[in-house]
Amino acid sequence: MSALIDRPTAGRLSRHVEHVMGMPISIALRGRHADTTTGHRAWTAVLDQLREVDRIFSTYRDDSIVNRLDRGELDLDQCPREVAEVLDLGREAERQSGGAFSICLPTTHGRRRLDPSGVVKGWAVERASHLLSDLDDTDFCLSAGGDMVCHTADVERPDWRIGIENPRNPRMLIAVVPIRSGAVATSGTAHRGQHLMDARTGLPVHGVASVTVVGSSLTWADIDATAAYAHGAAAASWLSGRPGRTGLVVWPDTTTTIVDGRSTLAG
Amino acid sequence: MRRIVIWLASTVTVVVLLFGYRTSTNGTSVSAESSVVIPSTAAAAPTSAPSGSSSSGTSSAGGSTSSGSTSSSSTPSRSPGSSSSSTATHTGSVVQTRWGPVQVQVTVTGGTISAVDVLQYPQGNGEGQQINAYALPILVQETLSAQSANIDMVSGATVTSDGYVESLQAALDEAGI
Repeated sequence: MSALIDRPTAGRLSRHVEHVMGMPISIALRGRHADTTTGHRAWTAVLDQLREVDRIFSTYRDDSIVNRLDRGELDLDQCPREVAEVLDLGREAERQSGGAFSICLPTTHGRRRLDPSGVVKGWAVERASHLLSDLDDTDFCLSAGGDMVCHTADVERPDWRIGIENPRNPRMLIAVVPIRSGAVATSGTAHRGQHLMDARTGLPVHGVASVTVVGSSLTWADIDATAAYAHGAAAASWLSGRPGRTGLVVWPDTTTTIVDGRSTLAG
Repeated sequence: MRRIVIWLASTVTVVVLLFGYRTSTNGTSVSAESSVVIPSTAAAAPTSAPSGSSSSGTSSAGGSTSSGSTSSSSTPSRSPGSSSSSTATHTGSVVQTRWGPVQVQVTVTGGTISAVDVLQYPQGNGEGQQINAYALPILVQETLSAQSANIDMVSGATVTSDGYVESLQAALDEAGI
């Protein structure tokens, strides 16, 4: 599906959406390649790369590399090199989050299950977005199920405006983030019921409704949103300790806390 | 010109919210805005000549991190006493903020602000570029729809393909708003 819209301020905007990895992948393009063959080719390449990621990392596919690795049918050195990269990221995220985030999740059977999903999405979309930043003089916003990379190539064009869902009423917005180039990721349970757990306990998280993180890297914005969420009522205090991350924590009563870590950036 | 100055003095202090930031890092309070007030007090320069003049005022900041006084110069494009469609630009002086120098210009046409331009904003260092790369989330009215907020994408709890049809993002993708 796609749409072309003329907007006087931003120029021509083209939108497309396809479903990969069980989630909608939405793109908005503006600028030179918003509607060129080159632009379409880049979008196709993004989708191809994400489909390949799904074949390797999906925990829903019995025959995925990650599930075979988890069952001991493969050794790590038999896997594509991306697997080791993602597992390293997962270990680093676990360390930096004090264990609230983990890619080895507790199960009811007592055994820990390998589930790198919490790392894979942000990492995969950030990697795929490089295919779009190669497009000359073209702005894009690439979103996978609500987590996105934004890029503005021309200073004359306006910021991308990202609406943040109200976790208590996902048809409404609670905030808007103006962003030129960077990433926005939100963790919460509005669409899937209680699926986020504190990896330290294996129990569902309480005390927070959603966490949005804005930063330069989607890989880390996504990890931090999930890790902050896993901290429950301590979400904002944990997030405020992360350098360079800006964010919005929405509490169960829809009150909010804005976290601004930009001043903690080095250099 | 005089008319505009008086109008400005009597009706409005122009506050340009350039960007907001918080002044503490404990994450428990909402943001303070850094603001620059365009001086507009005719009283401060009651004897100024109508053919363009300067007036002075002060800048203030919602946070505690920018300070300093500003002055503005006004450059009417038409002679005083012309019709209400006359245009004048008011340029604030450069204000030092914690992120770097900021300067704004307001254009008044027919007694109404028709444009606010940021002539100078922090960009000389890596930190300034980071600040410009993304801003703080801006809270919106609970009743604000995606359409009226003029947004490009929606960030929320992960939307699955099953739930997508019901999502705001789907509405955006279909309607192209």
